Formats: sequence, C-alpha cells, structure tokens
Amino acid sequence: MTKARLRHPRNTYVLYLIPGALAFLAVIAVPFAMNVYYSFTSWQGVGSPAWTGLDNYRTLMKDSQFWASFRHSLSMVLAMAVIPTAIGLVVAAALFDFVARHYGTRLASVLRACFYLPQVLPVTVAGIVWSWILAPEDGSLNDLLKAVGLGSLQQDWLGDPKFALYSVMGVLVWVQLGFPVVIFMAGLQRIDPALQEAAELDGASWWRRFWHVTLPQLRPEISVVLLWCTIAALKVFGAVYVLTKGGPADATDVPSYFSFATFFEKTQVGYGSAIATVMTLIILALAMVGLRFQTRAEESQ
Amino acid sequence: MTAAKRFPALALIVLGAAFMVLPLLIVLDNALKSPADYSAHGPLSLPHGIHLDSLKDFWNRVDFGRVLLNSVLISGSVAVAGTALSVLNAYAIGIGKVSGRSWVLGFFVLANVLPQEALVYPLYYLAKQAGLYDTRLSLVIVFTVIQAAFGTYLLSSVLASFPREVIEAARIDGANSWQVLWRIVVPVSRPTLGVLLVFFFVWTWNEFLLPLVMLPSNDNQTVSVALGVLQGQRLMDATMTNAAGLLGALPAIAFFLLFQRTLTRGIAVGAVR
Repeated sequence: MTKARLRHPRNTYVLYLIPGALAFLAVIAVPFAMNVYYSFTSWQGVGSPAWTGLDNYRTLMKDSQFWASFRHSLSMVLAMAVIPTAIGLVVAAALFDFVARHYGTRLASVLRACFYLPQVLPVTVAGIVWSWILAPEDGSLNDLLKAVGLGSLQQDWLGDPKFALYSVMGVLVWVQLGFPVVIFMAGLQRIDPALQEAAELDGASWWRRFWHVTLPQLRPEISVVLLWCTIAALKVFGAVYVLTKGGPADATDVPSYFSFATFFEKTQVGYGSAIATVMTLIILALAMVGLRFQTRAEESQ
Repeated sequence: MTAAKRFPALALIVLGAAFMVLPLLIVLDNALKSPADYSAHGPLSLPHGIHLDSLKDFWNRVDFGRVLLNSVLISGSVAVAGTALSVLNAYAIGIGKVSGRSWVLGFFVLANVLPQEALVYPLYYLAKQAGLYDTRLSLVIVFTVIQAAFGTYLLSSVLASFPREVIEAARIDGANSWQVLWRIVVPVSRPTLGVLLVFFFVWTWNEFLLPLVMLPSNDNQTVSVALGVLQGQRLMDATMTNAAGLLGALPAIAFFLLFQRTLTRGIAVGAVR
C-alpha cells in the first residue's frame, strides 16, 4: 500500500525543482554556453563576435605565457593542497593525541582556532597584510632579518622574479593550512582509540603510531582534502590579484588571472573565453576522477 | 613520555600557532601607531601611545560604513535566498526522489566546481543587457545560485536519510507536500540549515572576482573589493595599510568567534568545499 500511496504524490515533487532549474539555466548553463561560444570567435566585447573556429585554441597551444601560467598552477597545487595536507596531518595529530591528552582539550581547541584564523579572513585582507610584511622598504620581514643580523638576506620578496612565486606560495600555505587541520581533527574523533592504545602498549613511538595507525585511518579525509584543495588551487585568483597582479614579468601569472586580464584589460573576449574553457575542462576532469575514486573508496569500506 | 621530554614538542606546536596569528598581531600593532612613530621606530616596535587617526582616515577614505553595509546586505540576502533554494531543490531530490535525480544532482556538483572565470564575461555582459550591472541585486542573484549548487548537494544527502515514516504519517493525515516541507522537514533540519546559512554568508563575504567585475562604483563595493582595489592602486602609506588590514579582518574575526561552533560543526558534517 505504501508503494501505491507514494507513487502518486511523487510526481508533484518535480514542481519544487522549477525555481532552481530556471535559476541555474540563467546563471550557470546559459552563461557557460555563451563562454564556450565566445571561445570560437574573435570579439572585443562590442559589435558582434566573428566566428574563427579553433583559432583561439591553436594560438593557446602555442602561447608560452599560457603554459607558464599553467606551470605556476602546479606550484599553487603544491602550496594549497600538498604542503598544507602534509603539515596539517602532523599538526592535527599532534593537537589531537598529544596536546589534548596531556594538556587538556581547551588548549587544543584554542590552538586549532589559531591555525584556522587565516581561513576566515577575506583573501584581500591576507593579501594586504602580507604584501606589506614582504615589502622591500621597511617591510617587517626585512626589518626582522636586519634586527637579527641577517641583513644580507633581505630581498624584494614580491618584486623580484626569482622570489615572487615562492613568496606567493608561502602566503597561500599560511592561508590554507587551517582547513586540513580542522578536517583531520574532526576525522580523528572517528578513529577507535583502542587502536592507538594497543600500539602505545606495544611500545610504538609517536611517529610510528602516526605513520602506521593515524595515516591509514584518515585516508578518506586525506582524499577529500587533496581533491578540494587542488580544485581551489587551480582556481586561485584573489591572492594573486592582490599580492602581485601576476607580476613581476608574469612570474606569478596563473590561468585565472591570465583569463581575467585577457577579458578586461586586453579585451580579447574570445581568447579569454578559450583560456577559461580549457581551465574548466581540466578542473572538471580532475573532479570527475577524484569523485569516482572517492565513491569507490566508500563502497569498498 | 616524561614531562621534560614532552615540553619541546609542546613548545614547537605553540610556536607554530603563534606564527599563524603573528601577522595579524603586527597589523594590530602598526594600525595603532602615528605615521611619525612608525617612521621613527619601524614596524616591529610597540606603539608609543594609541593613535586612532589612521583608522579614522581609512574609514572616511573608503566610506567603510557603507562598504560594510553593502557586504552585510549582499551576504545576508545570499545566505537566506541560497538556503531557501537549496531546500526546494533538495526536497525534490532527497525526499521526492524525482526520477533522474542522480543526473540532476550531478549537474549541481558540476556547477559547484565550475570556475567562475568561465562565467564571468557572459554574466558581465548579460547584467549590462538586463540593466543590472553595478547593482547589488545582480550579485545577490548570481551568488544565490552558485551557493545553492553546494547547498543542494549537501542537503540532498542529508534529506535522503530523513525518516520516511514521519513523512508518510503526515501524508496519511492529509498534509500536502508543501505542508510537509514547511511544518516537518524544515524544522527538523534546522541544524543543517543553520550551517548552510553561516557558510553561505562567510563565502559570499570573502568572494572577490565576481564582485570586482560586477560592482565598479565605490558606492556598491563590498569589503573585499574595496580593500583589493585600494591595495592595487598602491596609494596607502604604511599605517593606513595596516588600518585597512585591521578593519578588514575585524568583521571576519567577530563572525568567526560568534559562530565558531556552527562553523566547526559544519566542517565536521562534511561541509567541505
């Protein structure tokens, strides 16, 4: 009887999707289709776009500036996904089963809040703060180096092409670290404490327990964090805009900034759209692989 | 481990936490200095007397009260509208089990990972055509939909495990689907909806690319954009830069302290992006 009763009202539920469907059509589907269309045209944003087929994509394949920006994207993945995940694991494990156990959960949650703080700041605030700290003249970092007698190490951290990319990466590690720390600490609560205790009774050191007990147990959280942080890294825009505007000499250019500048500074809408489309394809492919990997891991559990 | 052996490890992690907070402490320190104090003693000394002029100068220069109001209005509207839209979608998918729901859900997931760069120019163009360019309403509409993509995804999986007996009982008592949604599903899911409201508010507050493109005039700018643009012009002296950093950070920190519990619970629920 339940089946017959539920069959009938089920159809009316479709009505609840109508506002969402219309809104998504107008704000996501149509604009994305327009973007793909523009990518096959030459257009300055005024008049009507002229169809040029695959020309933009051919140019893109040969554009060394695009490939350089893409290489910088990989550095961003390192700075926003790989390094924060690695440090985050150690910090979360240390806070959870060392600080909380020996010094109380209160201190552990205060320290966790400290690590998470940069995550709640608007990225422009982080950018303003760090571009001033890293400034060549009277920046805090250079002043600090001088104060401790290392004046010879002073640099124009964001203005020298040799260092700019590393400086931006350092800032992004600072921004991103809190996210894995919080996720991993939540994940650790799910692990059976008996496992840790058994390993401890066997005389395993903290590092050995971390490596053989904590890490394998946190596999699902690690894959989620790596996936989402990698996607965020490929999209990074605000930090680059505020810190360096892709400079000096394109040393910190990333695809999102490259497409933004092509759209709104060079007003080459067709070419900018091609960059954005390629970026989308890469991110979607990655998300698809990641999600499949994740569902498979969930099913096998 | 003995207490003496534990201490270095504790010192190391406290030092790490201090490093995370240090940049903001330096900003607080320098935002309270007078320009003369700053140029005489540099960025690392403590202020010689509290000096609020840099904060006042910055506040008046960007009309910070107005910028703050814009951010509150936009983020607040998006939080409410985005949550409402997520509820409607998730009700049809999670409880209504409409046919083809896995495709619909897949579409929302795609919309969620789509880079905004692939939408920004058409949205800019369409907003101009529709006469919505440089209005706060345009951003509210766009972000309501973008945030609802995530909200639908999260809420659908939460509602899929909603106890069916409760809904069936209400239907047998003669409640229609709208009454079931409004009187049963929404009140029961309040904790998750609270998480969505808080997250949508924070995410919208911190957005940069679309507000930068869609809101060129000073009158409509959000906190993030006003700070980013001013920084880009490189017109601020050191103490004013620090005042900007401090005033930009304060609302975010206040919100964080206020909703810390909801935020951490939300992350634990799986509200990861």
